[in-house]
Amino acid sequence: MKSAIIVFPGTNREKDMQMALAHISGHTPRLVWHKETSLPDCDLMVLPGGFSYGDYLRCGAMAAHSPIMREVIDRAKKGTRLLAVCNGFQMLVETGLVPGALLRNRSLKFICKQIYLRSDNTSSDFTHRFAKGQVSQVPIAHGEGNYFINEDGIKSLQDHDQIAFRYCNKDGLVCDEANPNGSIANIAGVLNTEKTILGMMPHPEDSVMPQINGHQGIPLFQSIVEALT
Amino acid sequence: MTALAKQKPVIQEPAITLELAKSFGMSGDEFQMVQNILGRMPTYTELGVFSVMWSEHCSYKSSRIHLKKLPTTGSCVIQGPGEGAGVIDIGDGQAAIFKMESHNHPSYIEPYQGAATGVGGIMRDVFTMGGRPIANLNALRFGEPSHPKTRSLVKGVVAGISGYGNCVGVPTVGGETYFHKSYNGNNLVNAMTVGLADQDKIFYARGAGVGQPIVYVGSKTGRDGIHGATMASAEFGDGNEENRPTVQVGDPFTEKLLIEACLELMKSDAIISIQDMGAAGLTSSAVEIASKGEIGVVLDLDKVPQREQGMVPYEIMLSESQERMLMILKPEAEDKAREIIEKWDLDFAVIGYTTDDQRLKLDMYGERWCDIPVPPLVDKSPVYDRPSVAPSLPKAIDDRAFDVSSNGLIGDLKTLLACPDLASKRWIWEQYDSLVMGETIFSPGIAQTQALKAGDAALVKIEDKNKALAMSSDVTPRYVEANPYEGGKQAVAESWRNITATGSMPLAITNNLNFGNPEKPEIMGQFIASLDGIGEACRVLDYPIVSGNVSLYNETSGRAIQPTPTIGGVGVITNYKNAVGLGFTHTGHSIIVIGDTGGHLGQSLFLREIHNAETGDAPHVDLNTEKANGDFVRSQILSGNILSCHDVSDGGLIVALAEMAMAGQIGCVIDAKPNHAASFWFGEDQARYIIATDSPDQILESAQAAGVTAQKLGVTHGRDFILGQSIPVSKLTDINESWLPDYMEG
Repeated sequence: MKSAIIVFPGTNREKDMQMALAHISGHTPRLVWHKETSLPDCDLMVLPGGFSYGDYLRCGAMAAHSPIMREVIDRAKKGTRLLAVCNGFQMLVETGLVPGALLRNRSLKFICKQIYLRSDNTSSDFTHRFAKGQVSQVPIAHGEGNYFINEDGIKSLQDHDQIAFRYCNKDGLVCDEANPNGSIANIAGVLNTEKTILGMMPHPEDSVMPQINGHQGIPLFQSIVEALT
Repeated sequence: MTALAKQKPVIQEPAITLELAKSFGMSGDEFQMVQNILGRMPTYTELGVFSVMWSEHCSYKSSRIHLKKLPTTGSCVIQGPGEGAGVIDIGDGQAAIFKMESHNHPSYIEPYQGAATGVGGIMRDVFTMGGRPIANLNALRFGEPSHPKTRSLVKGVVAGISGYGNCVGVPTVGGETYFHKSYNGNNLVNAMTVGLADQDKIFYARGAGVGQPIVYVGSKTGRDGIHGATMASAEFGDGNEENRPTVQVGDPFTEKLLIEACLELMKSDAIISIQDMGAAGLTSSAVEIASKGEIGVVLDLDKVPQREQGMVPYEIMLSESQERMLMILKPEAEDKAREIIEKWDLDFAVIGYTTDDQRLKLDMYGERWCDIPVPPLVDKSPVYDRPSVAPSLPKAIDDRAFDVSSNGLIGDLKTLLACPDLASKRWIWEQYDSLVMGETIFSPGIAQTQALKAGDAALVKIEDKNKALAMSSDVTPRYVEANPYEGGKQAVAESWRNITATGSMPLAITNNLNFGNPEKPEIMGQFIASLDGIGEACRVLDYPIVSGNVSLYNETSGRAIQPTPTIGGVGVITNYKNAVGLGFTHTGHSIIVIGDTGGHLGQSLFLREIHNAETGDAPHVDLNTEKANGDFVRSQILSGNILSCHDVSDGGLIVALAEMAMAGQIGCVIDAKPNHAASFWFGEDQARYIIATDSPDQILESAQAAGVTAQKLGVTHGRDFILGQSIPVSKLTDINESWLPDYMEG
């Protein structure tokens, strides 16, 4: 499986993503600078975490208009798989490739902590190695991860099985106490209707080395590798 | 990017008088010396240059003769004090580059920007030398919680550190936060950065030759932070918030670009020497390059990228605008360097060149504004052997005179776990990204940490290697205040112990010496005695000082802070898989205390929190015992006999046990039967560790053979903490976790 990670000025989790993908797939992803206008041949594109453009205008807003993004959007529309994490998810909603918006955490503070995710969709290329309702512990690290979408939008996401992950407690219960940022319906990650694009706030890439930082992000990468190899 | 069009503004400089010099923080003698060096009156710009270079902050004039006595060499030391940061050998041809620096006064005046730029400044010190920052730590001291300003200072400082560190993508992996009334008008923000470099790719301020281009890289220069170094060298009066305009404003996004641009440029072999524009901005970086290369510098200030119009030489030279670097490039590499810097959308400007006349010359608007000989500017900077009085040592107290309160042993434990100094700092560290870069093994806190495990020191793995760096920040100011010499020793010993408790080998330290007004003999006495203690501990423990920072005048309206020589320690473990955390890992393990428990209650947290008494002598550190106990513990960890380990510090044995239980969410049954409960359980004797092991007989035997005291305390068991009475571990955690969030909401 060949993958490319797009690096913007201010991106800072490209190395975490590169290590995770290399660890699970055996192939080191290419890093592609945002000023490039063409992408290498790849099966997976990744928009990684960080603070692209310092988050100065609105998280992800500037990056969504970087030169490389035209190519990324174009390829994604043609079906090349796209994984967008944290700041990458913020860019993704700016492009409109998945619905919704990401607002400031309801605590108004940056939060870095381990949280629990419950798997909803388990049939996509990103999620098929999870069992329905499986609980996974992975970290979050963001200030603006409060996912919002209107009621029709939620219904549409549910109808099309687009919700990949919801925040839950360690027993798998989706409840307000387990919601770290105020996301509507505890939504932590969403797919496009074709299930070729996944955007999520948590960092599975920081949970793939059991003796260092955990291992429950592994099924996500295994899903991708298995589907795209 | 185009620079703003420069038109010569109408410049009205004040007359050069003694009063002006004094308003710049200079003494009459110093002003006279400037005139002697120049053989004339200085210009306004020249006076500005002299005053910042000779400020306490830049010249170390009160501390220099005492700092010379500290041990700064050792087998691991590649670069000791004198460059931007210290450099040590960590094996495999790699080096750790690190330093701790204070941003106390700015953080009190403008907490968010003060703390943020403190983090930014210390990172620049590290990546300027070629080290990619891989970990940040911070040591914070605030006034008492009931003081009206404390809450907003905590909020602002933490937000500033979080806002800056998270954005640049360097994990904040450790630190400490304490409260005491002596910091009411003068909080401390000490920031530490640890970077990683190859030993053959380390960059220095020295080395520039004649006829080479001087290049300015980074953000544009504005009017912020002018005379910041002078502010940092003066006592506060009430109402010093007026100094707010001297606080710089940070831009972490530019810092991130600057890190990547500099590290990319450093791979290309274009840089001869490089210097961060930190305190005293362009002045100190230009003078440093000239002085270390024994050359001269001519700068054309028109070419300095400026973000405001009509700036004058004085402002440009003294601005402390952030995220700027000065480099000397190989002349043939200029184009390549420009390409790399501009790729990162940063300003790149050749602003001058080096000369052979050892003078600092500044031109702007077609005129010369400054012409100073560099050697006397640097070498003749004043050095003071300030008068001092030896600290009067406190009387020892009768440890047996203080008993457990009517709440009982567990009741007093609960009180301590909820006191501001021991209460969980989750509210703080959850705002820090401790995981970015993906190598963090032990992150801050005790229970439910971000990296899933807690250790006595932060632990960060090195990319593509099995080795990891252990890092810790330590000092117990109440000990230093009571007994500066022993307190100085203790700060170093505790740092060494925390690194050891993870199984790592302590290598070297940076120190951040925060004290009051050195012009007061008793403060100078504290300073000298604590440095003696620090030096002694470093020598015995083979733990040299490779970098540091001195912050004096930490006083408000004549009241000094508790002396706070913060020690930032760095160690290494060859294989991170051998490291142990502080939490209990299994039930059925034996719990053993290593080291003698004499029951020293003087200056203990127990006395302060339960008996409302800040009395007695600080605990003394027997450095040879410290070394023997630590070497024993480390060897037992590395041979796999120890499965969790925690040093015994604030609150004594009982608090250490409770922390181990909370960290693992596993209970214990403690059955040791001391003669005197309070001093045994709460005493703060040094050189002690609590360990959990599945091979207790082997440990006890080896300890005896090594001449190390080891005493069995109990076993890990169930979910309750049982010491006479029983309390669920989860309840202890709740008590420990609730104080800070409740306080911040209040």
